[in-house]
Amino acid sequence: MLKMRYKENAIETLLFLASAVTVLILFLLCIFLFREGISLFHEVSFIDFITGTAWYPTADPHKFGLLPLLFGSLIVTAGAIIISVPLGIACAVYISELATPRVAEILKPFIEILAGIPSVVYGFFGLVVLVPRLQNFLNLSTGQTALTGSVMLAVMALPTIISISEDAISSIPSYIKEGSLALGATKWQTIYKVLLPAAISGISAAVMLGMGRAIGETMTVMMVTGNSAVIPGFPSGILEPVRTMTATIALEMGEVPQGSEHFHALFAISSVLFIMTFLINLIADFIKKKYRFKEAI
Amino acid sequence: MSKNIQIYTVLSILLVGLTFLGIGCIDNENGSDEQITTEERSILIKGSDTVLPLSQAEAEEFMINDPDTSVTVVGGGSGVGIAALIDGEVDIAMASRNMKDSEIENAQNNGIDPVLHIIAWDGIAVVVNPENPISELTFDQVRSIYNGDIKNWKEVGGEDRIITTITRDSSSGTYGYFQDNVLQGDEYRADALVQPATGAIVQEISHNKGAIGYIGFAYLYDSVKGLALNEGEGAVYPETETIISGTYPLSRPLYYYTDGEPTGLAKEYLDFVMSQEGQDIISDVGYFPVV
Repeated sequence: MLKMRYKENAIETLLFLASAVTVLILFLLCIFLFREGISLFHEVSFIDFITGTAWYPTADPHKFGLLPLLFGSLIVTAGAIIISVPLGIACAVYISELATPRVAEILKPFIEILAGIPSVVYGFFGLVVLVPRLQNFLNLSTGQTALTGSVMLAVMALPTIISISEDAISSIPSYIKEGSLALGATKWQTIYKVLLPAAISGISAAVMLGMGRAIGETMTVMMVTGNSAVIPGFPSGILEPVRTMTATIALEMGEVPQGSEHFHALFAISSVLFIMTFLINLIADFIKKKYRFKEAI
Repeated sequence: MSKNIQIYTVLSILLVGLTFLGIGCIDNENGSDEQITTEERSILIKGSDTVLPLSQAEAEEFMINDPDTSVTVVGGGSGVGIAALIDGEVDIAMASRNMKDSEIENAQNNGIDPVLHIIAWDGIAVVVNPENPISELTFDQVRSIYNGDIKNWKEVGGEDRIITTITRDSSSGTYGYFQDNVLQGDEYRADALVQPATGAIVQEISHNKGAIGYIGFAYLYDSVKGLALNEGEGAVYPETETIISGTYPLSRPLYYYTDGEPTGLAKEYLDFVMSQEGQDIISDVGYFPVV
């Protein structure tokens, strides 16, 4: 009996160590990222980095301005969210409320497959199929624009948004829905006035996580957005090439001499990116918790 | 009771530690074994995407001649290859530009003595969409297009169409070469499209009527049109004869860098590249022999 107890404890300790490793990795990653990033500010002032409007890393003198890249990331992500959120929510509502169980069983695996496609495949598809068509259709000087990136990212963020929104809608207690129908509300009224408001925090969390997925995506964006480091105009910038923070790191890390200012600047961008995704995940987590609490009542 | 838990905690940590130690030992043994047996027979080559197709063809032929050897060729850009040579990771770095002073200094600080070998010549073609009526540009016009002074094709005698300029990313040796020789130190215009690979440049230009880009001569197929360049002594098309004779203004040498004079398999491989057979392969791939 006592022996069993020891065995249990030993296994427990092992499992604890295994999970502690994740925390340790994250911790080490943070230290390394920030240490290398902060080194940039020995040479370049923090204000110049954050408010700089030009990114000329190999020029003499260097210009490490974050703004074109930051706005590039923001405009592509915003576009992706605008496209994917209505689509994702509509899809989630259909699967959880309207589709017959059989149709839902068929749809769900397809959505999961969408999530499993490697990003370079999306990028290649975007470059070869979407870019030329968008250029001809909108009569642009190039099809490699923020919009192209947004469309591709929207497709990539859809699975996240659909599956989490669907969970949120399905987990609404059935008496709420039945109450609404019993009062004489139509199916659409029930969905629009009762179910969506009740699931709003879960859906918001889904949107935040989709946003996190979009802002961190690299390969697809690098292949279809043209990578011009200029501050995009609004709203005209949607149809112009932009460069995101992730694409900048991927494009330039090959050339950069270790320990140079440029090297530290790339780490500074990584730090900014890390902080942004961290905040987005934190907000999503917070919203999710709030929604669980609501459900308990 | 709690004392026992402590003992178990300590024991399991020890166990995990020992496991890792074991893994480490096994790994080390394997590593050293491999080094002894394969050091003679395998080399790693890394660097410029321009030199990549050439090195791949040479390596294939070299390995067919001597099946016991293994020559691994990896692209990534001149900067990547040179950085790997400085870190001692590769036997040969491919480059389409000279090492910068800072890189040579870094290498020497690392105890690496980079030695340069010219293995072939390459021409850089300035290319446009085949439907673009322009077929020649002066050097100044290309420079103005790339630094942003000229924004529309009608300013150089073409259609009324916005010019979409395309460059490689800064890891590319061609990027640096073009900036030094055509832009003469000017910055590329900030709104130029930056493509991660030469293939992506060809892809964009082949369907974009307003696009202009620059690519290595080996990538010049029918899907894009190479422009004649005029440096002041008449327009010269990018062709084999003009590049070998040096009349085409954008011809440049391609390099291998080694750490010190090459030895062992690296030397055999380099000798093969410089042999008649190796230089014939260079012509087949679309570059130009040095001997």
